[in-house]
Parts: sequence; structure tokens; C-alpha cells
Amino acid sequence: MAAPATGEGSLLAMIVDADTATGLLLTGVGQVDIRKRANFLIVDDKTSQARIEEAFKEFTSREDVAVLLINQVIAGMIRHLLDAYNKPVPAILEIPSKDAPYDPSQDSVLQRVRFMFGES
Amino acid sequence: MSSQNRYTVTPTVSVLAVMKGRLAGATKGHSLLKKKADALNMRFRQILRKIVETKEEMGKVMKASFFSLAQAKYSSGDFKHTVFDSVDQASVKVRASQDNVAGVKLPKFESVKEGGGAVDSKLGLIGLGSGGKQIQECRKSFMSAIDLLVELASLQTAFLTLDEAIKTTNRRVNALEHVVKPRLENTIAYIKGELDELEREEFFRLKKVQGNKKKHAEAAAAKEAEEAAAAAAQGSGTVANGSGAAGAQQQQQQGDILGVQDADIIF
Repeated sequence: MAAPATGEGSLLAMIVDADTATGLLLTGVGQVDIRKRANFLIVDDKTSQARIEEAFKEFTSREDVAVLLINQVIAGMIRHLLDAYNKPVPAILEIPSKDAPYDPSQDSVLQRVRFMFGES
Repeated sequence: MSSQNRYTVTPTVSVLAVMKGRLAGATKGHSLLKKKADALNMRFRQILRKIVETKEEMGKVMKASFFSLAQAKYSSGDFKHTVFDSVDQASVKVRASQDNVAGVKLPKFESVKEGGGAVDSKLGLIGLGSGGKQIQECRKSFMSAIDLLVELASLQTAFLTLDEAIKTTNRRVNALEHVVKPRLENTIAYIKGELDELEREEFFRLKKVQGNKKKHAEAAAAKEAEEAAAAAAQGSGTVANGSGAAGAQQQQQQGDILGVQDADIIF
């Protein structure tokens, strides 16, 4: 569980739609290494679910990724993978997209938070 | 019941001492773990509240960011392909550090900007033709969103880690309280009972031995007295008879026996 690559800092990975990607990449979080391996996947209508699942698995197993941002709409498509995922690092964060405003009741972590509040 | 829920030990004083030591250790460990669970729970509540707040704030900030993105698009056309193509090395990264709460290590993220930010790179030149200001505004807006997202990620990770740690600690506390401690107490009670039993047995045995000794002593005294009485009676009889015939005959027999034995002694 030791944070990998603490020295030079870790990356933010993204599985997002084109608009969110534009905004986020504008800040300079994107990285493409020598082997043309990017730390983001831009999802559009033509992207298959298998491709998203593959990207999710790749980002969650990469050593240099600390945070993975997923659009809530896309997260809904691979909900089964998200629910099965239980590692603390990389942290998975569901973010709103441009077309779909943020819906807290859909978030798997927030669901648990709500559950805790209701329970305790 | 009590005979089942205990350790199988030989009931001796030394084992009793060992068990008492283990019980003291278990009690100490239980109270310490309980304190740890309390500390973790306190932190957990704090984080819980913060997560809910930050998530809601994130919703707002992202909305504002998308609005500024729309503005930038309106003023400079669709620039997303330019952005996608100019991605090279990440200038915004996440640094992970660790926070320690009652022995539980919580990963903590914070965003760091390297090399003077994206202004130096190709990204800074986007929108040079038109709408540059809007794009820079949009960039700033998303920058703050990223900061918030990283903070949220850190909170969320802490939440998951703490959740797991609290579960483990509670499990340990319960195991100590409901399994280990009763079992040790039962064992101690059992050993004490057995030791008491042994002591009573020992006491009874001693008493019995003493009684036997007394009986034997009495019997011996009675026999002695009887013999003495008999001897006295015999002595008085011979004296009364006055004839030494019986005594002489006895002596002769003894002499005979001695003679025979003498012959045997050669071997």
C-alpha cells in the first residue's frame, strides 16, 4: 500500500468524454510517454465498453497512477468493476460531465457515506 | 459449558500463573484496542462530513468550469484537437504522502505543478489567434477543479482505508472481549477449582493417614499390653508350678535345632 513513485509525483488518469478531457488536459495533467501510452482515455459514442473496461484495468494496475477520474456516466457503464474494486490507491473519483450534472445518489462511495450516516 | 470453553491445560500452580499473565495481557490489549478504535472513529466522522461537503462543492466547481469551457469554445472555436495533440509530459502531478492516525497509515495526496505550469509548454500557446483570454480563464477554472478533485481523492482514500482499519480493529476488540477473555477466565476458574479439590483430597488423605497411624499405634499398644499380660501370666504360672520340666525340654529342643543348623552352615 506504500504510495508508488512518491519522489517525482504520480499521475492523474482519466476516463472521460471529450469536453471534460479538453478542460482537464488544458491544465497539463495529460502525459504521453515514449511508447505512446497515454494516461487518459477519451470516450465517445464509438468507444466500446470492452475498451473502457480494459482502460480501467490498465489505469488501476499502473504503478504511477494515484488518482483515476471517471465521468459519472461512464462509471455507470462499468459499475460492476467499480463495485468490485477495493484498493485505496489509485483512488477512483467520479466526476460530473458536461451533459450530465452531478448526481450524488449515483456515486458508489457517496452511497456508502450516506449508508454510514444513516446507520450511525 | 465451562469445561468446553477453556484451554486444555494441566491444573497446576505454574499454569495458573501463566494464565493469569495472559488474562492481564488480554485485558490491557483490549483497552488499548478500544482506545484505538475510538480514535479512528473520531477521525472517520470528520472525514465523512468533509467528503459530503467537498463532493457537493466539486459539483458546483465542475459546473463553473464547464461553463467557462463553453465560453472559451464560443470565442475560439473548437480547440479540443489542438489540446489533445499537444499533450506531452504532465506538468501537474500528484504527490502522495502519509498521515498517521493511531498507527493506521492514511495516504494523502496533494497536487504539484512542475516546470512553471502549462504556460511554458505548447498548451500555453493555444488560442493565440483568438479567444486566448477565455481559454486561460478556463484553464484556471479547471486548475482549481483539479485541486479540489485531488483533495477529494485523498479524502476518499482515507475514508476507504479507515473503514477497513476500523472494521479490523472492531473485530479484534470483539474477539478479545467475547472469546479470549471468557476462555482465559474459565481456564483460571477451572484450575482454581481443581487445585482446591486437590487440596481437599490432600487434607483428607493426611487425616486418614493420621487416623491409621493412631489405629496402628493403638493396636500395637493393645498387643503389647496383651503380650505383657500373657507373659506375666506365664511367668506367674511357672513360678506357681515350680517344675522346670517344660523349660528344660524347650532348651533341649533349641539345642537340637542349633545342632542341625550347625551342620547346614558348612555350605
